[in-house]
Amino acid sequence: MGTELLRMTAAELGAAIRAGEVTSVAATETYLDRIGEVDGDVRAFLHADREAALEQARAVDSRIAAGEELGPLAGVPIAHKDVFTTTDMPTTAGSRILEGWNPPYDATVTSRLREAGLVILGKTNMDEFAMGSSTENSAYGASHNPWDLSRVPGGSSGGSSAAVAAYEAPLATGTDTGGSIRQPAAVCGLVGAKPTYGGSSRYGVIAFASSLDTPGPFARNVLDAALLHEAFSGHDPRDSTSVDAPVPPVVEAARHGDVEGLRVGVVKELDGEGYQPGVLRRFHETVELLEGLGAKVVEVSCPSFDTALAAYYLIAPSECSSNLARFDAMRYGLRVGDDGTRSAEEVMSMTRAEGFGPEVKRRIMLGTYALSSGYYDAYYGSAQQVRTLIKRDFDAAFGHVDVLVSPTTPTTAFSIGERAADPMAMYLADLCTIPTNLAGNSALSVPCGLAPEDGLPVGLQVMAPVLADDRTYRVGAAVEAALASKRGSALLSESAYAV
Amino acid sequence: MSAITRDEVAHLARLSRLALHDDELDQLAAQLDVIISAVAKVQEVAQGDIPPSSHALPLTNVYRPDETHQGLDPDQALAGAPAVEDQRFRVPRILGEEA
Repeated sequence: MGTELLRMTAAELGAAIRAGEVTSVAATETYLDRIGEVDGDVRAFLHADREAALEQARAVDSRIAAGEELGPLAGVPIAHKDVFTTTDMPTTAGSRILEGWNPPYDATVTSRLREAGLVILGKTNMDEFAMGSSTENSAYGASHNPWDLSRVPGGSSGGSSAAVAAYEAPLATGTDTGGSIRQPAAVCGLVGAKPTYGGSSRYGVIAFASSLDTPGPFARNVLDAALLHEAFSGHDPRDSTSVDAPVPPVVEAARHGDVEGLRVGVVKELDGEGYQPGVLRRFHETVELLEGLGAKVVEVSCPSFDTALAAYYLIAPSECSSNLARFDAMRYGLRVGDDGTRSAEEVMSMTRAEGFGPEVKRRIMLGTYALSSGYYDAYYGSAQQVRTLIKRDFDAAFGHVDVLVSPTTPTTAFSIGERAADPMAMYLADLCTIPTNLAGNSALSVPCGLAPEDGLPVGLQVMAPVLADDRTYRVGAAVEAALASKRGSALLSESAYAV
Repeated sequence: MSAITRDEVAHLARLSRLALHDDELDQLAAQLDVIISAVAKVQEVAQGDIPPSSHALPLTNVYRPDETHQGLDPDQALAGAPAVEDQRFRVPRILGEEA
């Protein structure tokens, strides 16, 4: 029964729970047992609480037994990235500065999913304050890629991708600021989506770069990702950047993966030199596959994408240097050196030096530099102009194609330690995903095969206009179905941690 | 020529309220130099009268109804505080000794 439950999609599990064939308690216990079995090796979770999870599951089972109408994912377990506040468990954002902190309120994503009856298994590991592409910047140690434990699971939401890929959770949440959902989804063989900016609430998400941070879903298939996307999305008056518009019909799109007549643009600038050959091979095969399914494929040029990475590494650090000023050792979190003789400023500086890891310090310093007088126009100002150019490139492209596609990442999962000492090499992992964050439109990564040279997953990135998230799911569903029929099974069934 | 000097890095650390050790300053000076030289690429593209974008979507003056809501009670607000005294956050001195 255990393996059977783990193999079910979240949609199937939710249906079985609603039909009374399976209890949420049974499903939750199965996943908790799986965590106990494999997380010593995968290290996806920072916090998992068996009793608390089972209590939530019992409550959902009673709601269902009482005839309450709950959503399609009621009773289904989920893992939350440790950047979403949760009143009943600690929230650290992967940082020492928040070790042991219990938030006084729930994030909107957390509370909406509680109301929808999802059961929180625990909190997943992440690069500290979501800054990184590997989880190696977590103060609590790196997570491991279930396809190959010597490799990274991507980042910053790498605990979430590792958990779902290792069947420790059917669903997980993440946040995507420069690719932190799509990149880990790609390198772990999962589906991950970055909704339109403002489509999912940032309330209760520990801020990294506020104009870019976007909560989104991880799942093992396109429909499950869409169901989760829909469950937490929609306008939130508590987030002033939340979009007051209907949630795009992502679930319907995920059920109808029809790309007949769809105009698909291949981004010229996200192809070619610097990409792993096996990644490009699977990408081009997938483009041909879409053409075979009736899509009209054209090449599209977005020249300013070449400068997106540079603009991002000015804008995101600038915003983070401002956001992380709140960690001042006064109201919550770590306090160091308060011996009665030191001033508040000295205590603050000592605490921040001890509580933040090297990458967070690097970005705070970089942002402080980019915003400082004399450099502001040359760096932050120029980066904001590039942001306008990137939006214009997207607007021009979406004037004649419905979606854009590219590889999600330039390479498959790299080895733990390989890029840890070279910040610029690490930043390149987000080369293809960053333009979408700067422009605020929607994107999704869907598995498109294994690279022949290393047998590791490759992701296809599908980008769509603002509030046209459903198009990314439509293409994702088409690719998923075509790939499954070509291979004869789901990609994830070939992972070392398949069940 | 390097894009950033070690003295500038030490100044940034003070502005950032980061009490960094000498070896951290040395390491950061080298790393920031590489990163700043790479990101300076934006200056080649951002020429002329291109308007800057601070946000992805053009939302301005977003207000919510002026209604009262239940906030945190003092115990909840102080629950994560490093030090508490008389229902307040206790902080180290913020003024000089002479004050």
